[in-house]
Formats: sequence, C-alpha cells, structure tokens
Amino acid sequence: MKSRGPVTLVFAVLTLLGLAGQALLVRKVDALRPEATLEEVLYIPSAKAVKRMGLGYTGLVADIYWTRAVQYFGRKHGKGSTRYELLYPLLDITTSLDPNLVPAYEFGSTFLAQRPPQGAGQPEKAVALLEKGISANPNEWKLYLHLGFVYYFEIKDYLAAARALQHAAEMPGGNPELRAIAGTLAQHGGDLQTSRQLWMMVYQNEKQAQLRKNAERHLAAIDNDEIVTVLEAAIADFRRRTGRDPKSWAEMNANGYGRTVPIDPQGDAYLLIEGRVEVAHPETFPFITKGLPPGQQPSIGPQIVVQ
Amino acid sequence: MNSRVLTIAANTFREAVRDRVLYNLVFFALLMAGGSILVGQISIDIERQVVVNLGLTAVSLFGVVIAIFIGIGLVSKEIEKRTLYTVLARPVRRWEFIVGKFFGLVITLVVNTFLMSLGVLLALLYVAHKLERGDLTVVVAIYFIVLQFVVVTALALLFSSFSSPLLSAVLAFAVFIVGTFAEDLRGFAAMSQGVTRVGATIAAYLMPNFAALNVIAEAAHAKPVAGNLILFNTVYALLYALAAVAGAVLIFERRNLK
Repeated sequence: MKSRGPVTLVFAVLTLLGLAGQALLVRKVDALRPEATLEEVLYIPSAKAVKRMGLGYTGLVADIYWTRAVQYFGRKHGKGSTRYELLYPLLDITTSLDPNLVPAYEFGSTFLAQRPPQGAGQPEKAVALLEKGISANPNEWKLYLHLGFVYYFEIKDYLAAARALQHAAEMPGGNPELRAIAGTLAQHGGDLQTSRQLWMMVYQNEKQAQLRKNAERHLAAIDNDEIVTVLEAAIADFRRRTGRDPKSWAEMNANGYGRTVPIDPQGDAYLLIEGRVEVAHPETFPFITKGLPPGQQPSIGPQIVVQ
Repeated sequence: MNSRVLTIAANTFREAVRDRVLYNLVFFALLMAGGSILVGQISIDIERQVVVNLGLTAVSLFGVVIAIFIGIGLVSKEIEKRTLYTVLARPVRRWEFIVGKFFGLVITLVVNTFLMSLGVLLALLYVAHKLERGDLTVVVAIYFIVLQFVVVTALALLFSSFSSPLLSAVLAFAVFIVGTFAEDLRGFAAMSQGVTRVGATIAAYLMPNFAALNVIAEAAHAKPVAGNLILFNTVYALLYALAAVAGAVLIFERRNLK
C-alpha cells in the first residue's frame, strides 16, 4: 500500500496556504471596491417587492432589514457622519415587512430624530415613522411617548408634544405621571427642568438598556448645562466686581465663589480658560450645549447602538 | 501537468459532452435571440444593457448550475457505477483523480462559457451594430464569471468528497448564495464584538467572495474595471479553489471506499 503521509502533508499545507492567501486577497479586493460596502446599498427600495421576494417569510426578512438599519446607523454614527440617506428607507421597509416590530419604531425614531452628529437630523421622518407605528400598534403607549419627545426636543412644537404625552398617559398601561408633564410642557416648553422631567421619565420606565443609557446621557448633559450656567454667572459677577477674568478656580474660591474645584457629571474638574468654563473631555460628552471649547460641535459620544 | 491528471480531465470533459451538458447552449441561444428581439421592440434605448445583463446573468447562472450538478456527481457517480475502483486499481493516485476531475469540469465550463459568450457578443453586435472599446468590460465580466465557476466547481467537489449528492448540492447552492452577500457578511462581522466578532470574522472570510467577481452591472454600462481588480480577483479565485480542492483531496485520501 502506498504511503499517504507526504500527500496529506502537501495538501494540508496547500489548503492552509490557499485559505490564508484568499483571506488576504479579499481585503485587497475590498479596498478596490469601496462602493460595495454595507452602508450604501439598499438592494431593493420597494417594501412590496421585498415582501414578494421574501416568499411569505416576512418576519425573518424584517429582522434582517432591521439589523441592516442598526448596522448602517451604527457604522455611520461611529464615523461621525452627518448624512444617513438610507436610514429612513431601511426603517420604512423593515416596518412595512413587520408592522408590529415596535423596537424598530422606538430606536429608529431616535436614530432619525436626534440632530447630527448624534442622529440623522430628520425629525419629520421620525414623526412619520412613529405615526406609522401608532397606526399599526394603537395600544403601544410608548410610541406616543417617543412622538412627544421628537415634537418637544427636535421640532420644538410643545403643544403637539403635550398632546402626544397626554395620549400616552391615557392609554392602557400608560404612565399617568405623563399627564402632569404634558400640562407643564404646554406652559413651560423649552426649559431645562421640563427636559429633565421627560428624560427622568424615560430613565425610570425604560427597560431597553440602550434607551436608558441614552436618557442617562441626556440627563448628564442637562446637569452639565445647568452647572455651567451657574458657573458662568459666578464668573460674570467676579468680572463685574474686579474688572478682569478670574485666573483659576482657587481664586474664585478665595473670593467667595464656591469652596472647591467644580466637577462635571463625568467626574472631571471643569477647566477655567480665559474666563470661560470648559468640560475636560468634550469628545466623550454628547448632547451638551454649554462648556464646549470655542467652535467645537457637540460630540457624538459613545455609540448608543453598538456598545 | 501530470499526464494521469490530464487523462482524467480529458475523460471528464468527454463524459460531460456525452451527458449532453452542452445542450444548455440551445436554450441559451433561444434566450439571447428572443430577449434581444423582444426588448428591442418593447423598450427604449436599453437594448445593449438588456443584452449584456440578460446574457451575462444567464452565462453565470447556467454555469453555476452545471458546476454544482456535475461537480457533486464527479466522485459519487464513479463510486456508484464502481468505475472508481477500476481507475484506482491502475497506477492513479487519489489526489490525481480529484485534481483531474476538477480540471475536467473546469474545461467543460470554459468551453461552454466560450460558446455562450460568443452568443452574447453576436447579440450585442446585432443590437448595437458594432463592437466598441467599452465592450471590453463584457470580456472582463465573462472572465470573472469563469473565475466564479472555478471556485464553485472546487466547492462542489469539496462537498461531494464527504457527503451525499443531494446534501452537496444544497451546501454548494447555500455557499453560492451566502458568497454573493460576502461583503455584507464581513460588514456585519466588523460591527460585532468579542468572541462573536472573532467567530463571525472567521466565518465571513471562509465564505467565497462572489460579489467582487460580479461586474455585470459595470459591463452593461461599459464602465472600465480596474486592472488591479482583475489581478487580485484572479489570484483570489485560484487560491480559494486551491484551498477547496486540496481540502477535497485531504478528505478523499482518508475516505474508506470499501
């Protein structure tokens, strides 16, 4: 009988060489074909066509499309992109395939509504998505809550926000506390306290970890904006009294403005630079509007989709 | 190349011709002639695109079907008919048998593709009245399709070396479909984390990358294809086929044929 040892060895080496070589080549080929990357390919823009091609397995196809939407958003968000052309079509197809896929409305509207770089900056499309969700899932009170958020924070239509929250409060399973918030919204729309109440409501009631985390970051940003407002008032008072900018927090403390170096909600000391208050790490602090270095845009912060 | 490998390859080709595999060319000719004439009558200004899209898609699909259905039977049919024992009783090694079968089927597919490609170019000439420099992309697209067949044939052979013909066909078709979306698969793997990422990345890189071998859309619009892509795709397909055929040899060497 012929020995098979050398043949086995040679072909085992060839198999490994072939596999390793093709994997290396794939990377080179990918580099030559940037247009073929995941995010810019919708494949089929019509939900009806996708439905037909799904051969009735629309639930599974919807899950695949929802995953594509999440990955699309996650990848672009990670790159700090401000353009999300395929996000709404992907979400629209997903929810047409499975109109009861509530997470797609909840997360999808958050992705769409928030201003760049945190989101796509398409609040009108977020409203359209949520209204589609409400029409298919009339008993999901949280969709009204999300609708209220979009109207309040992104479109600044406080009456529409109040109406949406009123709906959420009155629905079976809805949170009755929302009724009071809806009343406050109608009267004091736009102030930080109302914003805090809304995000606290989400933080306390939301079971989805990512949405809770998102609410937590918004609450931290509100805390920051409030602290910076107080610190800026103190600095303005110091300036008025002494006719110059304070040099350090120690000098502020020595003049009766606080007793320690102020700390931001991320646990870092605020910086005092030429009479300006700045957070130490603006790059990891999303949603803040105060305490940013001059000319710096709000950070995208840690990603909320892909942890 | 080893003369025994060549003999087996030539016999495999002869057998495929005897099995009337090339009859698909008649259907292909009818499809091309019918498609070109029909679209010319019912549409506006897309005759060239339709001929290229329809023709190259048909070349690709016909070839993949042939590669899979012939490929899965290359080993099992020889065992079933007991002709394998006659072959292996001669001074032919098992690896020579597998490699010869692989080349035989690849030759069959190349001949088949060459004839179908002539049909596409003739149809193109019929609708456009001339061939232009941009039509070179059609030739590149056909070349990539042949590379695709080389990979599919190797995979069909690999699967048939350890499983039944039916299961081999299912596996080969599944890998063909997954390979068409290989770029997405790698994109998804890149987005995952931890152990999932490692597993998904390995799986994604094990799948063949058929998406990069498909430039039919570019050919339809006479867009040029980068020279580097031709080189990389060639080396890629050869390495992938090498790995799959070598894997088939490894399995077949250890297979108990009694």
